[in-house]
Parts: sequence; C-alpha cells; structure tokens
Amino acid sequence: MPVASLDPLAASLFSLLAIASLLMAFVMLGSRWLKDYLWAFAVQSWLIAGLSAAVAYFGGFSELYVVAVITGLVRGLVLPYLLLRIVRRLKVAREVHEALQPSAALVIGALVAMFAFLVAHHIGARLHLNGTVAVLGLTVMLSMQLIGFLMLAIRHEALSQILALLVLENGIFLGAQILVPGMPLLIEMVILFDLLVVVISLGILVRYLLAHVGTTSTRDLNRLVG
Amino acid sequence: MASTLLVALFLAPLVAVLAIAATRDARAAEGLNLLASVLACAAALPLPWLSLHRTGPFWGGYVLLDPLGAWVLLCTALVYLLASIYAIGYMRLLGEDRRLHRFYALFAGFALTMLAAPVMNNVGVYWITIELTTLISAFLVGFERGRDSIEAAWKYTVIVSAGISLALLGTIVFYWAGSHVLGPSYEMTWAALRGAAPKLDGGLATLAFLLVLIGYGTKVGLAPMHTWLPDAHSEGPAPVSAMLSGALLNTAMLGIVRFIPVAEAARLGGLPRGALILLGVASLLVAALFIVRQEGVKRLMAYSSVEHMGVLALGFGFGGPLGVAGALYHMVNHSLNKSLMFFGAGLVMRGYGTKSMGAIRAVLRYQPTAGALWLGGAVAITGAPPFALFLSEVTILRAGWSGGRGWAVVAMALLLIVVFIGFMNHVRQMYFGDAGLPGPAPARLSAWCLVPMWLALAPVLVLGLWWPEGLWHYFAAVATQLGGGAP
Repeated sequence: MPVASLDPLAASLFSLLAIASLLMAFVMLGSRWLKDYLWAFAVQSWLIAGLSAAVAYFGGFSELYVVAVITGLVRGLVLPYLLLRIVRRLKVAREVHEALQPSAALVIGALVAMFAFLVAHHIGARLHLNGTVAVLGLTVMLSMQLIGFLMLAIRHEALSQILALLVLENGIFLGAQILVPGMPLLIEMVILFDLLVVVISLGILVRYLLAHVGTTSTRDLNRLVG
Repeated sequence: MASTLLVALFLAPLVAVLAIAATRDARAAEGLNLLASVLACAAALPLPWLSLHRTGPFWGGYVLLDPLGAWVLLCTALVYLLASIYAIGYMRLLGEDRRLHRFYALFAGFALTMLAAPVMNNVGVYWITIELTTLISAFLVGFERGRDSIEAAWKYTVIVSAGISLALLGTIVFYWAGSHVLGPSYEMTWAALRGAAPKLDGGLATLAFLLVLIGYGTKVGLAPMHTWLPDAHSEGPAPVSAMLSGALLNTAMLGIVRFIPVAEAARLGGLPRGALILLGVASLLVAALFIVRQEGVKRLMAYSSVEHMGVLALGFGFGGPLGVAGALYHMVNHSLNKSLMFFGAGLVMRGYGTKSMGAIRAVLRYQPTAGALWLGGAVAITGAPPFALFLSEVTILRAGWSGGRGWAVVAMALLLIVVFIGFMNHVRQMYFGDAGLPGPAPARLSAWCLVPMWLALAPVLVLGLWWPEGLWHYFAAVATQLGGGAP
C-alpha cells in the first residue's frame, strides 16, 4: 500500500483506529480490576478488526476482509470468552500487589510511548515517510510492545500476564496491518491460530497453578532461584 | 528421494501422536513413540548428504532442505531417538502409568515441531513452529505436576512467549523494509529477504536484526535472556530435559544463524556478528558464575547448556569456514553429550531421591555402569580431551584468533577453564567425596536406561579421536551458504 498517496479520509480513519487501540492499552495499564482489563482487550481487538477492514477497503487488499472477520471472532469474542472463564474460576477479581500504582504505571506508559514515537520518527525520517500513517503505525506497534512488557513486569496475577502477552501480539498485528498489509494471508491466519493455542495452554497452566501451587499470583512463584 | 524422506520424517511422529491418542495405553505408547523416533532418525541420517545435491524447495515452496537445516535436523533426530529409548526405562520409574500415554503423545508432538522448524522456508512459519515447541514442551516440563515443575512451566511459557514476540516483531520489520524493495506483497522466505537485503535501509535493518537476535536469543537461552532455562531444564523429567537441551536450543539458534547473512548483506558491518559474540561471552560468563556455586544437579547441567550455547554463538559469530565448522561440530557433540548428562542426572536423582548435589556421594559404588558413563560424559562436557567437544572448542578458538577477535578468544578460553574447574569440583565431590552419608542400595538399572548412555558416549569419543574428512567438506558447504566472517 503506497502510504504516501493515501486518501486523507483513509489516513485519518487509520490514525483514529490505531490511536484508539493504543488508548485501550493505557486503559489496561490504568486499571486494577481483571474484568476491566478483559473489556479493554476485547474493545482493542474489535478496533483492530475494524482497522483490517478499513485497510482492505481503502488499500484494495480484499483478503484482509477475511482477516478482519476472523480477528473480530477470535480476538474479539473467543479469546475474551476463554479468559472470562479463567477469571470466574479464580477467586481474585483484582490485582492485589502491583509493583507500581496504576497512576505511576500510566506515567511510565506515556514515557514509553514517547520513546516509541522518537524511534518511529527517526526511522520515518530515514525513509522519507514522516507525516504519514506508517510512522503512526510503527509508533503504536512499538508502544504496545513496550507497554506489554511493562505490564508483564509490574503485574503479578496470572491473568494479567496472559493479557500482557496478548497486548504484545495485538500491537504486532496492528502494526502489520498498516505497514505490511500485503503480508501473506497464511501467516496472519496461523498467528491467530497460534494465539488461540497460547491462551488455551496458559489457561490449563492456570488451572494447574490453582490445583498444585494454590496461588495464581506469580509473586509466590519464588522457589526456583540460583 | 529427499522429499520422500521428509514426508517420512514428519509422518512418523504425527502418526505416533494420533495412534497414541487413539490407544491411550502406556505400553503401546512407549512402543509407538520409539518406532516413530527410529523411523525419524533413519530418515534424517541421509538428509545432510542429500541436501548437498538437491535442496528443493518442496511442497509449494514451504519446505527447504539446505545443508545447515539438514544438520540441525540430524542433531534433533538423534536426540529424539536417544531420549525415546531412555524414556521407556525412566518414565516407568515415576509410577504414572495412568497418564503416561499423554506424556508420549506430547513427546512425539514436541519432536514433530522441532523436526519441522529447521526445514521451514517461510520465516513466519518458522517462527510459529518455534512458538509451538514452547507450548508443547511447557506441558512436558510440568508433567510431574509438582509445585516446582508447574512454576517452571509457567515461567518458561510466559518468558519465552514474550521474548519470542520480539522475533516476530523483527521479522515483520524486515518484511516491511523489504517491501520498499520488492513491492508490497512477496513471499516471506529466507531467500527473498536475503535477495532484498542489499537495498534495505540500514537503520531499519539494524532495528529488525537486534529484535530478532533478542527474540530467538531468549529461546536459545543466551544470557541475559536465559532466566527461564535453568528452571525448565531442571524441573522436567530427564528425557524432556535432554530434548530441550540437546535439540530445542539448536533449532532456535538456527533462526539467528539464518538471519546473519541477511543482516550482513544489508551492509550492517560488524554489528550482527559483534552482537552475537557479545551475547556468547555474556552466556559463558553467567554460566561460569552459576556453575561454580551450583547446588542442584540438573541445574548444573542446565547452566552447562547456557555455556555451550554461548560457545555456539561464538562459533557462528566468528564465522568463516573454521568458525562454522567448529560450531556445527560442537552442535552435534553437545547434543549427544548433554543428552547423556541429563540421562545420568535423572538416574542419580531417582536413585538418591534428591536433586541436591550435597546429598549425592560415591556414585560409582551405587550405580557402577551408569556412574562410569556419566563420569565419562562429565569429562567430555567440560571440553577435556580426548572427547569431541575439545576438538570443536579448539577449532572455534582458532577461528576467533585468525579472525582478529583476540579479546573474545581470551575471554572464552578463561571462562571455559573456570567452568572446567567448577564443574569438575562438583563431580569430584559426587564421586569421591567423603561417603559418610548412607546411600541407597545399589540399583539395578534397566537396559532401556543404559543403552542410550552408551550410544551417546561412544560417538563423542570416536569423533574426538577422528574428525571425518567428509565432514570438513560438508561444513565448508554450509560456510559458503552463510558467507562472510573470518577467513
């Protein structure tokens, strides 16, 4: 997709959807209730499905309609449903021991997003792409990657860690839709399938954690050191 | 011919998984998995030779058999065979016959993903096979359902999945960079990336390569991304540890090695190899520190894997015919030797009922044959002559020296000596320490456990005394394929 010659309407729509997805990552960062994380993740996935459809329409990549539908179904419905089942099984409704207060996490998240913008801007300047939606896509992709890692680092509840992994993946997927919409369809399909397997595997492991360790807070997983 | 063998290679474990799932019987599962491993190994043996002549791609361009991939495939198949024989003896000791068919189904599935990864021609599909190896092996690590093994399985899955997502990000950035050269839509193959590489933007290629290096480096267990490795490798059952250490790490290392020529063709200068060498030295350093002060017997072996992955990283980092030859020779030697070490560690752990080396004394008196083989393996794994790891490590040192990487060579040599002293000190205490503790009664071990130990040690000794001439030609072919590096 020649991002430089994009219809202004399409460019603003892409930007809106990408920024709204990033906003959802911040909602997750600023909340301590597990159900809120889950909702934010579901909304983020729908936004990304919308983005796929928009890219398909304006960029002329008709196979992305398929990706949009499957993204909406798998990321937007199946994964949140599976995670909701895990939440119901758990006896915890919220993060009990964050390493950082949500407010502090939001500040760090903002710094991280700025860093991502600097990197994207630098690369955009080298490729003469500054001011296009590609730089924004790269920014959102890198920010969501870094915010995912931040969530992994400061959240201890097993479900938060699964969601952090999913945010990493959502970021990559979103970036790929904007930057390389021509990527072979097979790769996108298999990555979606892979996500499903990840969540099912981690769901089973959460059950084992409950049954054999008696906790789902990774703070208590401290036996193996040295 | 080659494509028929590849079909056999994939079908054998796949059919085994399905048949085991259908029968749900422990004894049948053992036999089916063993049969699959024998077939897979038989199919993998001629592949390196065939890969020199006709390399595909097969099956719509998704499968590629090149000398590098065929070599990794051979190492994987060998470890799969050894671990499958050993598993029959070892897993019966656990007394989990009711769940045993699940273990073997996962085991064969794990082997299938590892055998698929080295021949994937599509960079994205390769990433997915590596991710699948993590998910399947996590359940093997947690198979014993103890508190520690579940903890290890959880940490393993989360850390490696997060780390490897960086590799996917790097792959996408590479593809994006390539789309400025090849147009918006093209096949995501290694060859396409390499073809586009000379015209890639330098900054973008640097970013992409570093992401890929850190991503796959996490899976390889290169320091400082190695934190999951000692847990996962020490808490799984011994045959699983052998597969993780001897086979899985190599298949992930392959990803890094394949990206180096792409990065070099993108004119990144010394950065790709320099970064890999740096991670290699860091791994050796971390391994040396933790080996000296180690208390758990399987954790000792796990840190030894970090060490040897560091050696491999140095070998591929130095590059050139000598560096690549040393690294590939080291790969097969380490695969065989580390399998032996985990087999022995598993038996000792079962015999003494502890993981702590402090409680393991006078091994030779209680397990004469297995103890002697394990001792031989310990001498070999620390890189002492006359075993093969000595030859491959010296070759890598020579490659670094002639390539003008003096500081890395000095660091590697010093750290290898530290590892040797630290490792051997633990072995000395386990074998010859004051036997004040009442040990268990001498165990009669089943041949299923002992035969694979013989099968692993014998080639390590033979390859240490005789480096076949044909292998030099083979390694030279791989070095040409990879290009660059020291003369």
